[in-house]
Amino acid sequence: MSELICKDLTLGYENSALIENLNFHVNKGDYLCIVGENGTGKSTLMRTILRLQKPMSGTIEYADGLKSNEIGYLPQQTLVQRDFPASVREVVLSGCQAKMGARPFYSKEEKALAKKNMERMGITELSKRCYRELSGGQQQRVLLARALCATEKMLLLDEPVSGLDPKVTIDMYKLIKQLNDDGISIIMISHDIYSAVKYASHILHIGSDTFFGTVKEYKKTKLGKLYLDEEGGSENA
Amino acid sequence: MLDTLSYYLNFNFVRYAIIVGVLIALCSSLLGVTLVLKRFSFIGDGLSHVAFGAMAIASIVNATLGSDSTRTTSQNSMIIVLPITIISAVLLLWTGQNTKIKGDAAIAMISVGALAIGYLLMNIFSTSTNLSGDVCSTLFGSTSILTLRASEVWLCIALSIVVVAAFIYFYNKIFAVTFDESFAKAVGTKANAYNFIIAVIIAVIIVLAMNLVGSLLVTALIIFPALSAMRIFKSFLSVTICSAVFSVVCALLGIFLSIIYGTPVGSTIVAVDMAGFFIFAIAGRVGGKS
Repeated sequence: MSELICKDLTLGYENSALIENLNFHVNKGDYLCIVGENGTGKSTLMRTILRLQKPMSGTIEYADGLKSNEIGYLPQQTLVQRDFPASVREVVLSGCQAKMGARPFYSKEEKALAKKNMERMGITELSKRCYRELSGGQQQRVLLARALCATEKMLLLDEPVSGLDPKVTIDMYKLIKQLNDDGISIIMISHDIYSAVKYASHILHIGSDTFFGTVKEYKKTKLGKLYLDEEGGSENA
Repeated sequence: MLDTLSYYLNFNFVRYAIIVGVLIALCSSLLGVTLVLKRFSFIGDGLSHVAFGAMAIASIVNATLGSDSTRTTSQNSMIIVLPITIISAVLLLWTGQNTKIKGDAAIAMISVGALAIGYLLMNIFSTSTNLSGDVCSTLFGSTSILTLRASEVWLCIALSIVVVAAFIYFYNKIFAVTFDESFAKAVGTKANAYNFIIAVIIAVIIVLAMNLVGSLLVTALIIFPALSAMRIFKSFLSVTICSAVFSVVCALLGIFLSIIYGTPVGSTIVAVDMAGFFIFAIAGRVGGKS
């Protein structure tokens, strides 16, 4: 059954539409990669799924027990975070916000949850370190742990490997795949189409041509062949 | 030197000044980290100019109505200055993010506007014989901190308790909203509501702090402690605590120095803050390398 159903979505800013009449759905346990050139509205789509922005038309349904605030989010790094004085533990704990409502302080269970997710991401020994002094890969693990504190159901990742070196990139992909195998649905924006077809179960390609379907189907389409030949040849992940 | 100090400490007005100074320093340091990191440092500046304009209006109202005996002039001013500043704070934070005039430009516009209108109004309507003295003391902090009445001290204590309590209560939310607003919104934190609360707290702090250091120097009280603490400490909690301690110590030192040497209170405190910042910056450099 689908957890997330997007119907006839039209997205954009003010009067110019970036994406028109987009239809796709995400089932429980799916691993969907959103690919496409820059400026085609990938991030806009992600912001809309997170309800940070309203679609111009169309609907997004959250179903199968998924509530709209049960989507964990791994954003791209913002400028603010680069010099934010925060310990790893503080950042991970802040993922529990969703469960708190108006309650001001973290409960024991939430602290335990944060601890568990730090272990899961292998960052327990970093818990007192300052977030801004970590390497790119470590920072992404911290943010993943935070997202896991927010939800166990669905994660949205916005280019999680950008700026990471090749080895860390592979580790990151494996980690995400592991989470997916644990039953968490994944939606990921990616530039790296080669890895996308390697790890994902479904592909959403947006741009002048739109495609939604499984990776197998994608590889057979003209669009998929075109992009895979172009990028797969020049990049080795 | 200590003799002079203990001599002055016998006076009620000096004790009042110290209590108020410490409370204001404490409050103003709390939200510094948030403001600095959200690139909102200048909101403090903008708001203090708005408060100056409001103060000008308040003094005119006071002059025309005549201060009645039950209320002191500054309480009358507070009734006018506080709401105006809070409204401006909310407008600035609100519009800063999603309008065509970007945050910093909007702040610059409002702050110089308020400054000009305030001075203009004071010039046209003021009945005071010492206009430039009035203006100067509003801008750079007055000696009025040494002429506080008990009721004003109580008002300051009450507002400080509200500010500190609100900060502690919303501490975790403020952290989440400051660190990553998009994430906070995505998981259902009402980020806009918390931004609104932050704006209101900032406005209260600025109105309070204007008494101590004047509207031009308010920003210093807010950002120096935070920037200094960030040189050395690495977690949000430790930075917050350190900047509160830093701010209180600097304020105390500043007040004592100004009593002993007869210098203006506000600028002395800010000078001490600056010295503290350089010490912390050097300590951070040395500590960071080892």
